[in-house]
Amino acid sequence: MLTRGVAMMWLSVIVLIPVAAVVLRSLDGGLSAFWDAISAPEAQSAIKLTFISSLIVVAINIVMGTMIAWVLVRDEFPGKRYVNAIIDLPFALPTIVAGLTLLALYGADSPIGVHIAYTKAAVVLALLFVTLPFVVRAVQPVLLELDRDMEEAAASLGASNVRIFRSIVLPNLTPAILAGAALAFARAIGEFGSLVLLTGNIPFKTQVASVYIFGRIESNNTTAAAAVSVLLLVLSVAMLFAFQLFSYWRTRHDRG
Amino acid sequence: MTEASRLSRYSLRFVALFYLAALLMIPVAIIFYRTFQHGLSEPIDALTSPEGMHAFWLTMLCVGIAVPLNTVFGVTTALVLVRQKFIGRGFFNSLIDLPFAISPVVIGLSLILIYGPNEAVGGWFMDNGIQIIFSVPGMVLATVFVSLPFVVREVMPVLQEIGTEQEQAAETLGASPWQTFWRITLPSIRWGVTYGVVLATARALGEFGAVSVVSGKITGQTETLPLFVQSEFQNFKVEGAYAAALVLAILALVVLFGMSRIQRRSDVSVAGQVPAAATMAEDVPLDPDKKENN
Repeated sequence: MLTRGVAMMWLSVIVLIPVAAVVLRSLDGGLSAFWDAISAPEAQSAIKLTFISSLIVVAINIVMGTMIAWVLVRDEFPGKRYVNAIIDLPFALPTIVAGLTLLALYGADSPIGVHIAYTKAAVVLALLFVTLPFVVRAVQPVLLELDRDMEEAAASLGASNVRIFRSIVLPNLTPAILAGAALAFARAIGEFGSLVLLTGNIPFKTQVASVYIFGRIESNNTTAAAAVSVLLLVLSVAMLFAFQLFSYWRTRHDRG
Repeated sequence: MTEASRLSRYSLRFVALFYLAALLMIPVAIIFYRTFQHGLSEPIDALTSPEGMHAFWLTMLCVGIAVPLNTVFGVTTALVLVRQKFIGRGFFNSLIDLPFAISPVVIGLSLILIYGPNEAVGGWFMDNGIQIIFSVPGMVLATVFVSLPFVVREVMPVLQEIGTEQEQAAETLGASPWQTFWRITLPSIRWGVTYGVVLATARALGEFGAVSVVSGKITGQTETLPLFVQSEFQNFKVEGAYAAALVLAILALVVLFGMSRIQRRSDVSVAGQVPAAATMAEDVPLDPDKKENN
């Protein structure tokens, strides 16, 4: 059919062929060149920083995202509608603007005296900003749909709030939390725009993987850039897979 | 409510709102303050400078080409993926999410490796007098790439929801496929399309990484508004950076406002209930048999 051909052509020209070219280029010099590219000390330090920061950010998002979703669904307070609307701001706000705003508040002439720009903490801060909506928006609808009968029954039988949350609410939210966390991780590991101004991009200190790749592209070393790109891609796909596997295991475990 | 549970409710609310204030609200509010700190003239001068105006219009050009392209091809792709069965459908379906999963820098790199002046395809265009990378066509291409998933992903669940009964009825009454699309399909997916267009516009307006890689960053020539923010900041023209950032932030707030309006008006529960993140999280089931059983 004509429409199918058009759609496939479109996806191939824009997405498939260029991405395949990255994988091919990464293997241009053979496997040993690939290995050299990703094990160069500067690359190693950038990848390590990216990976560890992303894990920290995902952990914080799991706790804070679930908490924010809870407050937005179960709590009532004036202005809740506006707070709910502003959650999506990191999706709408250009990343370079996100970096600049954080720099204005937490940079050298910080009005509140918090100076964390150009440190590793700045990497975490920027990633927290851009990944904020993922867990909140994944958990919110599940929490809305959740039947409260069981919680009320548990409460009337004398279960504490913590106990109710841990044994009734949390198991129901886990798949949604993990789905949000996986997306947050994938986003964090490739983030670029919000980090450029805020972290100073100091090699071996605050340079993340995407900034490292950017540097290789600028110095015309596309093979090394492609190798680190492929590694990032593999990491984020592996992480998505791991989250899905854990989610699957959880649901099977619960049924059994 | 017991005293203890009220206390825990208040403390949860306090922690959540404090986190949002420190991370989102105060930083964004401070952009407004910083821009107008030294009066109105400096930010206005920076924005109306030739470089600033050029960056603004180039951004509009990229958005003006990328979003309509992604709308037309996005609706087509959604229709194909939902309504047609063919080998490789699952593969192409997962391809749609790739722009979400890849770093913007890698997206830029991927385009350079195909359309760059030293590569086969890019070289051919170069010989025919069209420079793609380090020029405007490449920036448009990067914008198309990053904003590609939105319309497809918003329209697919709606198409799944509405089914094919009405379309089949129109067909038996003698409507051409074109008439069926304009009179039946498009009106029922309109809010999904609108929502996708809004999200794609927001992303296209603000894209930095991918566009930065393919632009070559020539001031006054290949600089969009987000790139202008960076170059102004790095040239110590902080007022210009803040002014351009403010323009982009206001556009983002307009988009946000539009999103919440559309959600309220949306007549489709699947797409309307949860914005981007959740529609991205839940894979649209690729199971036409299930639909036919309904």
